[in-house]
Amino acid sequence: MAKIIIHQDAVKDPQKAVSVCPFNAIESTEEGLSINAACKMCKICVKRYPEIFEYVKDEAPSVDKDLWRGIAVYIDHIEENIHPVSFELIGKAKKMAAKIGHPVYCLLMGDNVGNMAEELLHYGADEVFVYDKPQLHHFRIEPYAAVFEDFIRKVQPSIVLVGGTTVGRSLAPRVAARFRTGLTADCTVLDVQENTDLDQIRPAYGGNIMAHIHTPRHRPQFATVRYKIFDAPERSNTKSGTLTPCKIGDDKLHSKIRVLEIRKKEKVKSIEDADIIVVAGRAFKKEEDLSMAYELADLLGGMVATTRPLIEAGWSDPRMQIGLSGRTVKPKLIITCGVSGAIQFVAGMNNTENIISINRDPKAQIFDIAHYAVIGDIYEILPDLIARIKAGSTQQGTS
Amino acid sequence: MQITVCIKQVPGTSEVDIDEKTGVLKREGIDSKMNPYDLYAIETALRLKAEQGAKVNVLTMGPPQAEAVIREAYMMGADKGFLMTDKKFAGADVLATAYALSQGIRTLGDSDLLICGKMTTDGDTAQVGPEIAEYLQIPHVANVRRIHEINEKAIVVEMNMAESVEIQEVQLPCLITVEKDIYPPRLPSFKLKLKTAGRPVKNVTFKDLKDRNEMHYGLNGSPTQVLRIFPPEPNKTNEHWEGSGEALSKRLAEKLHELKFI
Ligand SMILES: Cc1cc2nc3c(=O)[nH]c(=O)nc-3n(C[C@H](O)[C@H](O)[C@H](O)COP(=O)(O)OP(=O)(O)OC[C@H]3O[C@@H](n4cnc5c(N)ncnc54)[C@H](O)[C@@H]3O)c2cc1C
Ligand SMILES: Nc1ncnc2c1ncn2[C@@H]1O[C@H](COP(=O)(O)O)[C@@H](O)[C@H]1O
Repeated sequence: MAKIIIHQDAVKDPQKAVSVCPFNAIESTEEGLSINAACKMCKICVKRYPEIFEYVKDEAPSVDKDLWRGIAVYIDHIEENIHPVSFELIGKAKKMAAKIGHPVYCLLMGDNVGNMAEELLHYGADEVFVYDKPQLHHFRIEPYAAVFEDFIRKVQPSIVLVGGTTVGRSLAPRVAARFRTGLTADCTVLDVQENTDLDQIRPAYGGNIMAHIHTPRHRPQFATVRYKIFDAPERSNTKSGTLTPCKIGDDKLHSKIRVLEIRKKEKVKSIEDADIIVVAGRAFKKEEDLSMAYELADLLGGMVATTRPLIEAGWSDPRMQIGLSGRTVKPKLIITCGVSGAIQFVAGMNNTENIISINRDPKAQIFDIAHYAVIGDIYEILPDLIARIKAGSTQQGTS
Repeated sequence: MQITVCIKQVPGTSEVDIDEKTGVLKREGIDSKMNPYDLYAIETALRLKAEQGAKVNVLTMGPPQAEAVIREAYMMGADKGFLMTDKKFAGADVLATAYALSQGIRTLGDSDLLICGKMTTDGDTAQVGPEIAEYLQIPHVANVRRIHEINEKAIVVEMNMAESVEIQEVQLPCLITVEKDIYPPRLPSFKLKLKTAGRPVKNVTFKDLKDRNEMHYGLNGSPTQVLRIFPPEPNKTNEHWEGSGEALSKRLAEKLHELKFI
């Protein structure tokens, strides 16, 4: 079995060896070094002190990978609307499927989902599996997991992609555990190897490091991906692929959960849907000053988002926060105003097409990722820029 | 009523850096703390304890020094603490973590309610809770932001969804993961610190578990493997602009025009 063995005789300075582990998993006792339960198998110790730490590869039996075919996408929906992350995942699935010659499947479950099933045929999936049952009207974990299980047993997909929505993040682990298989959350890069192993890259440690993860011996391979990480395919006017209605016994759909009430939240336009975003950071000295950001956003037809300190100050709604503990956005244009570019913030926006950053500190981290690094003071630049755009638009209006 | 809360010790800062040459994490001054999201889980349990007279267990899997988070939970008001520490648990991914925890939970007798934090700040997956529930074959509700009521048989919770909140009545036993705005967590109390200083923390090792197949734990029980870790890539080429505020805003307006945003 894979493990790290320690060559005690090669240990010269135990403290140095102990300190190489970022997870404090190496312990030094009279009996020598040992590895405790905190070990994440990141193998940093092996890399650093190969003479002491040796990684012994696993020879655990693997599933027969040929028995698992296809890339399946769980179709998330809110009532009658397919969540756009589902389309993005179909796009990604198609790219990967083309590489290994596998089909792309969609799994759609719910109550009265016929229209959505038809709509999916415009996005190039090969087969859409549909479970349409009144018991699936509301998301309740046991019936949804039961349907998912039924689908996987019937279809045996090699890869299962689930959007990182509230439902997806609750459902995917439940089903992955049922199949005793791996699940990698919030992947930002996905690719597939010829042997159908899925390469999964995700930020770890609050985005400070990236981890490349794979699931070499188990199928299916589960990954969740947040909204706005991948690109959705164009909707085609013609339909392709087949619809496959699926049956499941009522006995499988029992639940210990009763939905008493659904309360709509007041609908706010979400920053994930904006094409243009102006981000206000801590450079704004007073809440009133945010009017500059709002005015600029209005002129550009965009929205204002903020960094976390402004949310904590109560100047803005948590739904407007970009970053690791906020939303991930991928607009056409972002203008950051007085944002330092902490990694936790950047993790939520670095896939943006055009990043313009205004910061008076030439060494600000945000400039590492900005396409246009504007070194200057927001209190000088923004009012002037607003005036120029206003003047420009009236000019255009009269010409 | 017995409530068991899963808590985890995490690095005290997320400002870890990676040395690009050696690929080694720089770890100056990394200390540990309780996963902040788990404070809400503990607080939720303690509120129910006050209301219902429940007993509150806290359970953590980690290295021996993770006892610190159990001590902290004692200082908040938890009754009993369990520390799962064993070499055989090392290298666990989500699945193996959830499995070990579910086995640990089974050694505590029947819990009516299990509470997890929404996610950890190091693993950051929000998956361990639902996987524990699967292993225990009980229902779960994630993203709980309010508890309406609880009795011997059921709990009524508010699940936070993107565009709505769903109020669900769930039969016990069940597992919930709680969100940050559920209740503000109390601070550890000095009085309780003195009172609980001598209170033991029970160790739960591999030998105490019902399933003693080593292949189900730690690295052996982990389907996912980390191939490598590396620093995030900085962005491609970029332009640096300097000058007076006016010059810069002029250039900016021109660029926005050129890019067809105005
Ligand atoms: C686990 C964790 C999760 C987190 N998640 C998030 C998250 O999701 N989103 C998030 O945003 N943060 C998050 N943070 C916080 C993050 O680390 C930073 O603290 C935060 O992003 C900083 O916000 P800021 O850039 O607005 O403020 P600061 O870091 O204070 O930066 C302000 C910048 O403005 C510049 N400036 C000041 N005055 C002016 C001026 N007049 N003109 C021009 N420039 C000026 C300064 O040079 C500075 O670079 C998280 C932190 C942790 C630990
Ligand atoms: N090692 C652990 N010991 C105890 N509880 C844990 C552990 N890892 C995760 N948890 C619980 O699972 C929740 C989600 O963790 P994660 O899936 O890592 O984001 C945490 O808030 C804890 O309640």
